[in-house]
Amino acid sequence: MTDILLDSLPPAKPANYLEEGHTLASWLTTTDHKRIGILYALSITAFFFIGGIAIGIVRLELITPHGALLSDDQYNRLFTLHGIVMVWFFLVPSIPTTFGNFLLPLMIGAREVAFPRLNLFSWYLFVAGAVFTVYSVIAGGVDTGWTFYTPFSTLFSNSHVIAAAAGVFVAGFSSIATGVNFITTTHMLRAPGMTWFRLPLMVWALYTTSIVMVLATPVLAMSLLLIMAERFLGVPIFNPNNGGDPLLFQHLFWFYSHPAVYIMVLPAMGVVSEIFTCFARRRVFGYSAMVYALLGIGVVGFLVWGHHMFVAGQSPYANLVFSFLSFMVAVPSAIKVFNWTATLYRGQISFEAPMLYAMSFLGLFTIGGLTGLFLASVPIDIHVTDTYFVVAHFHFIMVGGTVSAYFAGLHFWWPKITGRMYHESWARFSAVTTFVGFMVTFMPQFIMGYAGMPRRYHVYPEVFQIYHVISSAGALILSVAYLFPLFYLPWSLRHGDRVGKNPWGATGLEWTTPSPPPKDNFPRIPRVDVEPYAYHPVGQSADTEGREPHRPQREDA
Amino acid sequence: MSEASHALNDPWSTLARQRAAMSFGVWLFLASEVLFFGGALLGYTIYRDLYPDAFRLAARETDIVYGTLNTAILLTSSLTMFVAERSAHEGFRRTSLWCLAATLALGSAFLVVKGFEYYDDIAKGLFPGPAFPLQPAQTQIFWAFYWVMTGVHAIHLILGLGILAAMTVLLYRRALPPQSPSFQGLALYWHFVDSVWVVLLPLLYLIGRA
Repeated sequence: MTDILLDSLPPAKPANYLEEGHTLASWLTTTDHKRIGILYALSITAFFFIGGIAIGIVRLELITPHGALLSDDQYNRLFTLHGIVMVWFFLVPSIPTTFGNFLLPLMIGAREVAFPRLNLFSWYLFVAGAVFTVYSVIAGGVDTGWTFYTPFSTLFSNSHVIAAAAGVFVAGFSSIATGVNFITTTHMLRAPGMTWFRLPLMVWALYTTSIVMVLATPVLAMSLLLIMAERFLGVPIFNPNNGGDPLLFQHLFWFYSHPAVYIMVLPAMGVVSEIFTCFARRRVFGYSAMVYALLGIGVVGFLVWGHHMFVAGQSPYANLVFSFLSFMVAVPSAIKVFNWTATLYRGQISFEAPMLYAMSFLGLFTIGGLTGLFLASVPIDIHVTDTYFVVAHFHFIMVGGTVSAYFAGLHFWWPKITGRMYHESWARFSAVTTFVGFMVTFMPQFIMGYAGMPRRYHVYPEVFQIYHVISSAGALILSVAYLFPLFYLPWSLRHGDRVGKNPWGATGLEWTTPSPPPKDNFPRIPRVDVEPYAYHPVGQSADTEGREPHRPQREDA
Repeated sequence: MSEASHALNDPWSTLARQRAAMSFGVWLFLASEVLFFGGALLGYTIYRDLYPDAFRLAARETDIVYGTLNTAILLTSSLTMFVAERSAHEGFRRTSLWCLAATLALGSAFLVVKGFEYYDDIAKGLFPGPAFPLQPAQTQIFWAFYWVMTGVHAIHLILGLGILAAMTVLLYRRALPPQSPSFQGLALYWHFVDSVWVVLLPLLYLIGRA
């Protein structure tokens, strides 16, 4: 807390990264990882709202069972737009490209990422991919669903498949460039004393994610290239008339797209690991188990893609193996959930907004993970394949998990990024509203999915209407909750309280440098001689940071 | 400022460290590239396993003369690239320049030969479509992979030639010192593109001729 007092003295520090040039050109040509993180944040925020508006219209349509608002074609194009934009232009880049870019060098005690110009180039690639995708929307949209399944996407669809696929293809190379950059940075630029097992879990999470990005994304690129070749050149690759196998496309597609789920959720796990320890004032429970669990999820996550094809004509033996492996990937995920819980146990917990968001992550991710086990089991999956049960499951992971963690991280590191504190009451209010809106939106989808409501239909039996109405009402709450930060966060840029180096009293090198950090991050490259999350001496209880300690429930225990 | 320190980029403190990072980063990218081509090779493998006769029949129609010539050209370009990279590393600027130019010429020669080959293929009607000359229908799958895989390989080569040309000019104008780790990165990429061709040659040209 002395930091704040010292920092409020008249500044004699070097200019921070935000003051290194105020022109648009200085931003568009920057190689500063912190500025690039912000460029990404602005881009993906735009896409978050594009994808959100698309699904808002879809939810409005689903209030009535007769398809009163949209034509079949418009409906197909809207949910496809939602899927493509949210997956590739929000969720996949969300945490790695924003917080990853901003924080990775800060967390390992480096001045920059390994390849600063490549980092800027990857943002331009992302923008180029975005331009293709936006073009496909303006030209009339795509109706294949985000999965681009053949032979519909290659032989039958009359929509702008090539432009959309090209957009995802190009954005994929941006992902690969980011992954290469992060892995090299982690290997080559750690500060003296920052050994592998002193890395914050956020760094481990980004590292594992980067490996998955580098090894999975190219396979998606090739599968999309094959679709584009088939559509554009007319060469038969998946065309059954020539002996082609549409299922092969599904294998290639899910070889990326299942690991992509881990690209989305592993960084989220990193974010909440930082937040739980900080707001419980506790060392993380089982640090090395947490590390191995991340790596385990990364590796086993590559071997489960076949569970998307249980009813697609895959051999029963393959189904059995993929089912088993899908159960296996739940083990490291469960280890993480238990370890976070154990970290909270007997912590001196306080409920600031980042903690509330992180708590929602924990609950929602757990529900999403457990329903994933239902889907890993072949007989249940056959019952609920392509129903709203699946939709609810993956939204619990991606929205309940990743988006909650994204907002958690946004609030947690906001004072570090901007040098100002957001408005706490508004932030808590929006955290709670997000949770409520989320539950109201997606819980009914489990029920109607189990009862047989298929996904991707806008005309449905009236018996499901009540669930759709509740879900749409929840979506309204959720959209309000997502709009709040759009007002109070920019407001804080001008009116928020200035903060010192370490407003949360957190461990980690990013909190040892001024907020916002100077261009070169550290006045001098730091030397590390403690393990991460040293919130209290080993064997002692959590520190209270001068607050009145929470009493144990049984004082005599 | 000495030439070597001119090659040093942010955020590295020594050239050796920067060189190690360049090599590490390019290898990671090549791992990614292996999986990129791996997707197409997997598709090829599965279809060849499903339709071995059609694939043998179809592969007999590729032009072995052009294929062999191009293999020789590309492997020679790997040799010149290797000499260019090593001599740049040792600071022999002029040798390096000559070898880079030779690599540039050989890479372009590959594309020219490939262009003649494509021209002949199209003249023989070997682009999949309604008037495809071969039967059964699965032969078209082989030719679909032929066009996609050689096309993607050629695009890789063109990108490589672009970077190679730019770096040759920079070296010639002394805007880039020979010690720059970028030469090592370029060489790794170049050798990888050659290796892909070495895999494509048997798959596309040799299987029908055993």
